[in-house]
Amino acid sequence: MTSLPRWADVILVPLVSLLLAGIISALVILGIGESPVEAFNVVVEGAVGSAYGWGYTLYYTTSFIFTGLAVIVAFHAGQFNIGGEGQAQLGGLGVALVCLFLPWPHWTIALLAATFGAALFGAAWAAIPAYLQAKRGSHIVITTIMFNYIAAAFLVYLLVDVLRPVGQMDPATARFPEQIALPTLDQIPGFNLIFQKAVPVNVTLFIALFMAWVVWALLWRTRLGYEIRAFGKSESAARYAGINPFKITMVSMLISGGLAGMMAINNVMGEAERLLQNSASGAGFIGIAVALMGRNHPFGVILAAVLFGFLFQGGAELGLWTRIPIELRTVVQGLVILFTGALDYMVRLILLWFWNLAPRSTKAKVA
Amino acid sequence: MDYSTLLQILDSTLRLGTPLLLACLAGLYSERAGIFDIGLEGKMLVAAMFAGSVAFLTGSAWLGLLAGIAGAAVFSAIHGIASITFRGNQLISGVALNFLASGMTVLVARSLFNQGGRTPPLTGNARFNSIDLPFTEALRGIPVIGPFYADVISGHSILVYLALLCVPVTAWVLYRTRFGLRLRAVGENPAAVDTAGISVVRLRYSAVAITAVLCGLAGAYMATALQAGFGREMTAGRGYIALAALIFAKWRPWAALWATMLFGFFQALALRPDVVEAVVGFKVPVPALDALPYVLTVLVLAGFVGKAVPPKAGGEPYIKER
Repeated sequence: MTSLPRWADVILVPLVSLLLAGIISALVILGIGESPVEAFNVVVEGAVGSAYGWGYTLYYTTSFIFTGLAVIVAFHAGQFNIGGEGQAQLGGLGVALVCLFLPWPHWTIALLAATFGAALFGAAWAAIPAYLQAKRGSHIVITTIMFNYIAAAFLVYLLVDVLRPVGQMDPATARFPEQIALPTLDQIPGFNLIFQKAVPVNVTLFIALFMAWVVWALLWRTRLGYEIRAFGKSESAARYAGINPFKITMVSMLISGGLAGMMAINNVMGEAERLLQNSASGAGFIGIAVALMGRNHPFGVILAAVLFGFLFQGGAELGLWTRIPIELRTVVQGLVILFTGALDYMVRLILLWFWNLAPRSTKAKVA
Repeated sequence: MDYSTLLQILDSTLRLGTPLLLACLAGLYSERAGIFDIGLEGKMLVAAMFAGSVAFLTGSAWLGLLAGIAGAAVFSAIHGIASITFRGNQLISGVALNFLASGMTVLVARSLFNQGGRTPPLTGNARFNSIDLPFTEALRGIPVIGPFYADVISGHSILVYLALLCVPVTAWVLYRTRFGLRLRAVGENPAAVDTAGISVVRLRYSAVAITAVLCGLAGAYMATALQAGFGREMTAGRGYIALAALIFAKWRPWAALWATMLFGFFQALALRPDVVEAVVGFKVPVPALDALPYVLTVLVLAGFVGKAVPPKAGGEPYIKER
């Protein structure tokens, strides 16, 4: 046999990649003189061992669904958006402005407005690199990374010099009004039977799941989605078919930036309830790993986001209870991207080798 | 702004431009051979961590430098295996290696020194100290040129001069040697190189190896010459700025020197709020100065590049016909 069946390609390749990343992480833990078994137990116990742990895991999952979706929309158009981090921080600014400077009678209306604000600001931050890519051919990977640095500096300026309330020491905005706080799952009837302690996971989770469906419908059920995918597969063919490259580059990047920005309703409005420095805390970058692990499909993104939520929460517990530094999370993230995104051909070869060892296929060859 | 202030800024320009120059030349070898390398940042960071740690533990900056090159070589090898042998996506491989470097450096530095991910400060021979070029004092009396020689050209660490030397050497290798011709050819048309009976794989691996050495130099310079030790995320986007400079320089060695010194100048300006304030006439917020090199990088990529044509086979894995 020279190729794997489709189910193996879709399911086994990410799983084997994850396994390889896990093995190397275990070696790293051994290398710094700690116990991988103990680390694994702490991660599992901390992330999924209790309803409380799940409350955090799902909170991170929510953010990663947004940033993962952001990356796949751009990927399908052949663009590599590494600017999710900056776009999510700008989304946070949009949320903060909406929540601080407009009076809202109820959290539902505030949530709608904040979602809109977050998407708008995130999209605006993606618009400049997108325009430069489409019109001037500036390498979008480099420009989006530069925009991450610029966003960080811009927010430091705003939080220190403009939005910080008088008399407050730490660089952050004022707290949002109490009446627009988003309900967390422990406050929602039904869910409060499971989540009895206060957890950060909030109604934004359902918006994230809904957006996954929207992205799926957009990409595979609309004309625009078809154009995006066609453009991503072959720019010259798409051009020949009358698809406008400028329009597709812009639209796909605006949607991508908007999705990354929308993450802010989870962490800024749902959890912190004020805008802090470095609010996205790396979630924008994790979106890349989530998108690759999720095989570029919204459903895969949801599963991969749960996995990374688990790793993120578990990694935080590692930092608390063991001597293993919290940066292990970044190492795992890099390894997953490496194996799923760059060494996928190697992983397939390994799988294929095992596949051909199986007696079934040897029989088929003889016959 | 008077002449002595200008000299101070030009001095910082050379100091800050050096890691950019080394990283830019590193990228030049790789990309001329058809391998995109977004992972310069990560390789520099790893090299800086290794160089800083080994220099502290052994007290020798030279051993630190070797360790830095070794660290960058490991990451280069992974990039090579992913993008040459297994024909993976070169952009994604680079991004992955950057994350890996970002996490791994802090992880290792923390478990080695327990100081929140930095090495203890380096002193004495654990650093590359500045050296004075000959005749500095004798020539200082000559107007304009004398102080320029004494304050800007002289008084840097040996790695700065090594980096400057790399420019003519690279130009010579690239345009005057058989290896250089083949290297350029393999980035434009690997099939033709293959037809001529030369191994595409070997050429590309050698290019990636040279990239590793130069990234190692850049990282070691960061940790043991520019600063006194490794600090987390100390490369702060320099790998990406070097890539922008490489595009600006249109993948040519001498142009790379001017491009990286331009970016070094931006970084030097960002460190001098007083000068910027005197020039523009109002007080510029510090974060705006911090963002200046990145904003200017975007502007350079957006407007002033002109038509930059990358090596034709860049980013494409080569699949030998059977």
